[in-house]
Amino acid sequence: MPTGVQKELYVLRRRPAYEKFVDSSFRTIAISMASMVALILVAILIVVFWGSLESMGRYGWKFLVTSNWNPVDDEYGVLTAIYGTAVTSLLSLLIAIPLGVGTAIFITESFIPTRAKNIIGLMIELLAAIPSVVLGLWAIFVMEPFLRPLLSFLYIYFGWIPFFSTQPMGPGMTPAILILVVMILPIITAISRDSLNQVPISLRQAAYGVGATRWSTIINVILPAAISGIAGGVLLALGRAMGETMAVTMIIGNSNNFSWSLLGPGNTIAAMLANQFGEADGTQVSSLYYAAFILMVITLAVNIVSQWLVKRLSLKY
Amino acid sequence: MTATSSPRPSQISTDPCISLQNVTISYNEFEAVRHVYCEIPRGKITALIGPSGCGKSTILRSLNRMNDLIEGCSLTGRVMFDGDDLYSPNIDPVEVRRRIGMVFQQPNPFPKSIYENIAFGARINGYKGDMNELVERSLRQAAVWDECKDKLKESGCSLSGGQQQRLCIARTIAIEPEVILMDEPCSALDPISTLKIEETMHELKNRFTIVIVTHNMQQAVRVSDFTAFFNAEAQEGGSGKVGYLVEFNETEKIFHSPAQEATQNYISGRFG
Amino acid sequence: MTGEATSISGDPPSNLYYKPGLRRNRTNRIFTLLSGLFSFVAILPLILVLTYVIFKGATRLSISLFTMLPPPPGLDGGGIGNAILGTIIVTCIAGMIAIPVGVGGGIYLAEYAREGAFSRFIRFGTNVLSGVPSIITGVFVYDIIVSSRIILGSSYSAIAGGVALSILMLPTVIKTTDEGLKLVPDNLRKGALGVGASKFVTITHITLPMAFTPIATGVVLSVARAAGETAPLIFTALFSYYWPSGSDAFFNPIATLSVLIYNFSTQPYQVQNELAWAASFILVVFILAMNILSRWIGHLTSK
Repeated sequence: MPTGVQKELYVLRRRPAYEKFVDSSFRTIAISMASMVALILVAILIVVFWGSLESMGRYGWKFLVTSNWNPVDDEYGVLTAIYGTAVTSLLSLLIAIPLGVGTAIFITESFIPTRAKNIIGLMIELLAAIPSVVLGLWAIFVMEPFLRPLLSFLYIYFGWIPFFSTQPMGPGMTPAILILVVMILPIITAISRDSLNQVPISLRQAAYGVGATRWSTIINVILPAAISGIAGGVLLALGRAMGETMAVTMIIGNSNNFSWSLLGPGNTIAAMLANQFGEADGTQVSSLYYAAFILMVITLAVNIVSQWLVKRLSLKY
Repeated sequence: MTATSSPRPSQISTDPCISLQNVTISYNEFEAVRHVYCEIPRGKITALIGPSGCGKSTILRSLNRMNDLIEGCSLTGRVMFDGDDLYSPNIDPVEVRRRIGMVFQQPNPFPKSIYENIAFGARINGYKGDMNELVERSLRQAAVWDECKDKLKESGCSLSGGQQQRLCIARTIAIEPEVILMDEPCSALDPISTLKIEETMHELKNRFTIVIVTHNMQQAVRVSDFTAFFNAEAQEGGSGKVGYLVEFNETEKIFHSPAQEATQNYISGRFG
Repeated sequence: MTGEATSISGDPPSNLYYKPGLRRNRTNRIFTLLSGLFSFVAILPLILVLTYVIFKGATRLSISLFTMLPPPPGLDGGGIGNAILGTIIVTCIAGMIAIPVGVGGGIYLAEYAREGAFSRFIRFGTNVLSGVPSIITGVFVYDIIVSSRIILGSSYSAIAGGVALSILMLPTVIKTTDEGLKLVPDNLRKGALGVGASKFVTITHITLPMAFTPIATGVVLSVARAAGETAPLIFTALFSYYWPSGSDAFFNPIATLSVLIYNFSTQPYQVQNELAWAASFILVVFILAMNILSRWIGHLTSK
C-alpha cells in the first residue's frame, strides 16, 4: 500500500456505525416530514367528511338546494351560502380580471420607467401581505359607509331588478365583493405578470416586424401566448375568493335568509363556518361540516385545474 | 468487429488497482457502454479516450459510484477494487469515495475559504494530523500554493478557473485517496492552466493511481502511461449508440502501433 | 387600414410622420390610458388602507397600549398587551412546528427524491394544501385537538392555534426550501461526495448553507403571513381578556391581535373599535417590516 503510512491519520476512512446511523436516520426524518403534507391533506378530508356524515345521511342532495337554515327547528339547507359564495367570488373575479391583467400589462410593457414599474409591482405585493382581518376592519368603517349612498341610488332607481331589490342598510354582498376584489387582485396581477414576462421576445419582434401597433401586438399576440398562465392565475384567485373568510365574514352581514339582492346582507360557506362553528351543536355541527366539505371539494377541484394550467404554461416555454 | 470480440487486455499489468470485469452500464433501458474488461494498473496514469458518447465518462464515474447520483443508472458485471466488488450490496459508496477521489470537469470549489476547502474533506475522513501542515502540503502538491498562500481565508471562488481546478485537485489529494479520477479536468481551462495541471499530474503519479478522461489526444500522449480507447457503434434496431472498449494498452503502443483499425482511424483524426 | 387609405388618396407615400389622428393611434392611446388607470385603481386600496390604518391606529399609540389589558365594555383606556404577546407566542409555536417539518420535507424533495412518483405526489399535495381555505384548517384543528382534548385535556389553547397556523405555513416553507435547494449547483454536491462526504454532511455543510437566503426569505414571509391570519384561530386559540401566564399560557385560550381586531371591530363601543385600529396598525407595521426584511435578506446576498 503506497499510502499505508498515512492511513492511520484518517481514522474515519472506514465509516463508523454511528455515522451511517446519522446518515440514514436523517433520510428517514426527511422522508417522514415530506409525508406530513400528504398525511395532513388526507386527514383534513377524512375529518371533514366524517363530521358531515350525519347531515349527509339526513338531507342528502336536498341540502344543496334548500335555503332553510334554522337552528331552532334543527333544519338545514345551504343554498343561501352557496349562492353567496358563488356570486361574491364570480363577481369579484369579473371585476378583478380586467384590473389585474390590465395592471400586469402596464407593468410589463415599457410605458413607464422601470423604477416606476417596480414600485407599482412592490405595492401590489404589499397589498397581498395586508391581513384579511385588517381589510375587513377597513371595509366596515371606511368602505361601506362610503359606498352606501351609491348603493342606495342603485336601489332607488333600479330596485325593480331582483339583484338590487333591497335597501342597503350596512353590511352586504356588494361591499364583500369589492373587498374580495382587493384580496384577489394581487394574485391575478402577479401571475399574469409572470406569464407575460415568459412570452418569448421573438413573438413580439415578429408582430412588430409586420407593422403591428403596440396594442394590437399585446392583444393579438402576447395575451394569447400567455393565456394559459393567466387562466391558471384566475382560477387560483377563484379558489382563494371562495375560501376567503375574515374580510367577507366581517362585511357580508351573515344573513341566513335567501335573497337575490346584492345590496342586502348574505352569507358564504366560509363566513358561515367562522360565525357558527364555535357555538353550534347537534345537527348544526354536522351540517356545518357538510358545508365545509362542499367548499373543500370545490376549492380542491379549482386548485387542481389551475395547477394543471400553470404547469402547461411552463412546459410550453 | 464488435465489443465482445475485442481482446481481453488483462495481461498488461501484473498489479491491477481496479479491475473491470464485463461491465455494462445502462441508463434506464438504454445501454451506454457494454462488456468492458479492463485492468487499471496501480501507480500509473491511465487515460480514457474516444469520441463523444462512447461511454468513457460513464465508465470513469462507475469507478467511485458517482453514477449512483444519476437516476435510472444501473451496472452489471463487476468492478473489483482491493478485493471487493464495488457494486456488491454491502459496499458503502461513501467509503468507496473516501478511497477513490474525483476531480470534475467544471472546477467546483466549495463556497468556503481556500483553507476550509481543503480541511472539509480531511475532517470528514477523520484526519488526525496537523491541519495547517496538510493544507500547505496539499496546495503545494497541486502547484497552487504560491498563488493562494496569502489568501487562505478568502473564498475558493475568488480564484481563477485554473487555480480553482488545482484547488479541487489539492482538496482531493488532501484526503489521500488511493485512486484519483479526473473527468476532463482541463476542458474548461486555458492552455497555460492545462500545462500546470499536467505537470501536477506527473508529480502525483508516484503516489496515486490516476485515471483521466480526456478529449484531447495530445494530452493523453503527454500525461498517460496507459490508454484505453473507447468507441461507439449503432445498435441493431436501436436508436442510440452503445459504447465499448476497443483497445487498452500502453500509451506508446496505442498511438504508434494500434492493434485495431478503429483506433488507428481515431488517433489519425479520421473521425471523432 | 386608415393609413393605407390616406396614402392612396394623394398623400406623399414617403411621409413617415406620426399621425395622432389615425384610428390605430387613437386606439393605442385609449388602451394605454386604460391600463394606466387600472394600475392606479389596483394600488389605490393599499394607499387608502395604509392611510386609514396609520391615521386611526398610530394616533392611539401609547405605552399603555403595549402594557395594559383591554378594558371591559363601556370603560375607557386600556391596551392590547396580551394580544401582542399572544400573537408572538402563537406564531412562535407555529414556526417551531412548520419550519423544521417544512425544511425537512423540502430537503427530501430536493436532495433525495428529485423526480419520481412520490415526490411528484408530495409537490402536488403541497400546492393543494396551500389552496385549502384557512377556515377549513381551523375546523380540522378544532376537530383533532380542541374537541378531542388530546393535548393534556386542554380544549381551546395557544398550542391548538399554533398547530393551525403551522399547517398554513407548511406549504410555503416546503416550497421555498425545495426551490432554494434546487438552485444550488449540482457540481457542489458532486464535489462534496467526491471527497467522501455522506449525504447528511453534504446537505448540512454545503447545500443548506448555500440555499440559506431563499429559505430564510420564504420562512420570513410565511411567518408574516401566519401572524396576520385569523380564520384558523377563531375556534382554536379563541380569545382571552387576560395575560397568558406561566406554563398555562400554552394550554389555555389566548388573545391574538388578529382575533382581537375581528372581535372588537363588531362591538358597538368606540374604545374597542379604536383598539382594533391600533392592533391593525401594529400588525401591519410588523408584517410590512417582515416583508422588507425578506427583501433585504435577498439583496444582501445578491451583492
